[in-house]
Amino acid sequence: MNKEKNNLYGTGIIKGALVTMRHFIDTYLDDIRMLGKRYMTQESIEYRRSKDVKGIFTVQYPDEKLPPQEEFRFIPFLVYDTHEDGTDMIRCTSCGICSKVCPPQCIWIVQTIDEKTGRPIPEPAEFYIDIDICMNCGFCAEFCPFDAIKMDHDYELASYDRTKAHLFNKERLMKPASYYAKIRPTYFEREEAVRLEKEAKKAAAAKTKAERASKSAQAD
Amino acid sequence: MSEQIAAAPVDLISLFPDQVKADERVGYEGFMVEPKALVKVVVALRDELGYDYLSSVTAADYIDDHKIEVVYHFFKSTGGTNLTLSTQVSREKAVVPTLMHEFPSMELQEREVYDMFGVEFTGHPDLRRVLLWDGFEGFPLRKDYKEAYFTAEKKPFTNRWPEGHITRAEDATPYKKNVVYPDNLKPFEEYDPSVENLLYSGMKNFLPEDQRELNTEPVMVNFGPQHPSTHGVFRMAAILDGETVMALKPVMGYLHRNHEKIGERNTYLGNIPFTDRLDYISSMANNFAYVVAVEKLMGPRVQIPERAEYLRVIMSELTRIVNHTWAIGFLLNDLGAFFTPALYAMIERELILDIFEATAGSRMMCNYYRFGGVSRDIPEDAMAKLKGLVYERLPRKIDELDIYLSENEIIRERTEGVGILSPEEAIAYGASGPVLRASGVPYDIRRAEPYGIYDQFDFDVAVRYHGDTYDRYVIRLDEVRQSLRILQQALKTIPEGPVLLKNPYNVRVPAGEAYGRAEAPKGELGFYLVSDGTANPFRYHVRSPSFINLTSLEKMSLGLKIADVFAILGSLDIVLGEVDR
Repeated sequence: MNKEKNNLYGTGIIKGALVTMRHFIDTYLDDIRMLGKRYMTQESIEYRRSKDVKGIFTVQYPDEKLPPQEEFRFIPFLVYDTHEDGTDMIRCTSCGICSKVCPPQCIWIVQTIDEKTGRPIPEPAEFYIDIDICMNCGFCAEFCPFDAIKMDHDYELASYDRTKAHLFNKERLMKPASYYAKIRPTYFEREEAVRLEKEAKKAAAAKTKAERASKSAQAD
Repeated sequence: MSEQIAAAPVDLISLFPDQVKADERVGYEGFMVEPKALVKVVVALRDELGYDYLSSVTAADYIDDHKIEVVYHFFKSTGGTNLTLSTQVSREKAVVPTLMHEFPSMELQEREVYDMFGVEFTGHPDLRRVLLWDGFEGFPLRKDYKEAYFTAEKKPFTNRWPEGHITRAEDATPYKKNVVYPDNLKPFEEYDPSVENLLYSGMKNFLPEDQRELNTEPVMVNFGPQHPSTHGVFRMAAILDGETVMALKPVMGYLHRNHEKIGERNTYLGNIPFTDRLDYISSMANNFAYVVAVEKLMGPRVQIPERAEYLRVIMSELTRIVNHTWAIGFLLNDLGAFFTPALYAMIERELILDIFEATAGSRMMCNYYRFGGVSRDIPEDAMAKLKGLVYERLPRKIDELDIYLSENEIIRERTEGVGILSPEEAIAYGASGPVLRASGVPYDIRRAEPYGIYDQFDFDVAVRYHGDTYDRYVIRLDEVRQSLRILQQALKTIPEGPVLLKNPYNVRVPAGEAYGRAEAPKGELGFYLVSDGTANPFRYHVRSPSFINLTSLEKMSLGLKIADVFAILGSLDIVLGEVDR
């Protein structure tokens, strides 16, 4: 493509201008083709992020937004399960792995101590994330052994107060497992399958244990 | 090629039996030189043994031995592995002869070592702080230096768990009380012009002898730090004769955050997301260079699955396309074609970033590579989109960009013959990446010292021979085409399988040192790591290509008009996140 300079002076500029012209015309052809549906529709957003896009491809934020992809990560949250009897159970056991692995060290956890025995209870008393410092690397979610901390999709977090509003406490961080299932369906399914399998194994182990115990009781 | 080099070990000891000895510490390799003999040995290395490319200089503070070790990494411009040369001086009186006269690439790097460690380089004509400001007290990369908001020597900090009652660093140490100033400096009360005078008087030394007393008055002009054409907060101080540049000094450090000190406090794993922030346009390539360095240190016990190796190459090459289209777009911006070319180039970038988001979870701060693989597999729909891009859209679009710009007479007139860097100068000034290859040196780390699985792919090392701004533009198109070739092969042959075998959060590496490097889009991105066997690196140095490519900026700009300087700067393609670190 990189020819010698013996062309007529100015042909390079004209060629370039034709490229600009094509972009210009493509945009209007798109406008005519998608008449009335150029913006604010799901299909047009998908078209604008596909490999076939021509012409202008701007997304009119905040009137329209690109839907975040499943893997997208922004600011962690804590997952809680709602049991059949209506109680909420936080998955976090305050083991501290997320806090250790966090590169900017923005996670602060206070363990719950049982007053009678003086031993830690597997549930955090306090859990803070300083989201000003959080660098959205996703290590906490990646290394959590209990699937208790996950990365969110909510990226609009502006607030008026920098010193207090950006310290997320446990209440602010907690979100239900159903929300997690909504934003990351494939991850949720995969993890649920592993969980159910584990629970089944546990139940089976408990059953055999009970059987053995009853057998040995019979033998006695 | 690497086998031949391994077969013929460098016989430096027999050349200098008294001054040079092999480095015999466990995990180290290379040679120890007496500081006095340094220049002699380096000249012999360059002229007799062919190690003509002095890639990086840095230091490490071995505080327990009361020594500061200055470490040089040499390469042959014909390819091969590195040769490490180190010299030890006492911490109290750290004086080393400068190598700037033998290797001009040392100009900014020696200033950086002086800045961070307080090592004096005798004979350096302009030894000032480079990244920190001139009133700074102390040498931050020495092990006994504690930064503002200091919490503990090493992460993870113990006050985060299990008794993590939150405190904000700002409340503990209020603003203005977290910095120590030298006694004679009052930054908030009075402005001291002596610091600036040091910069300007330093530049007068670079003027030819007969022009210092010239009757015409040269004008001192500062471009930046706030200037749209400097791609960030970067400043150039220039002495102009009319519009002609007589002397020019880059002034940087406005975005400095001491990445290396943060890296030394961090764990090995925790550094991966920090490397994203170096050259924030091509974070995947930064990850790659860092994991290459750490895996070198870990030795052969790291098992990398085949699919992960392919994904590493695919993501790294996509990053190159992102970076080069961006660089071309913004070079045009610098030339005055306001944003139309930049935005046309960025459409493709947008589509590739979507693939990054679908795979790694983030568009720019990818944090994708892990020691022994990559963090996640690429989803099927992203793979389908990627295939469509690589086989159909991108080749067409790169051709379109070529038709759009390459023959444009205005661009050719502005860039051809401007800012010429000869091959010899490019090597001596430590230029790397597209800047080096546009000067006619076919040096590409993917070929010269293959890492990953680059040796399995068929591609050409792009090279252009004029060394001017136009060639530095065209070579980026050439490289994108070669990247597409690699991608087309990789996507055809990528195997199924796991992408990461095990992913421990407390990575430990054996004691020793390693210099790992990768061909990042901007040039040779190297990581020099020293491990003492703990979970945190003892020394973590980044050889950043943007910073070192700036060394030759003055050389290229002298005698040209000021408008050309911006074209040259645009063609160097710097990112200030990486320059200032």
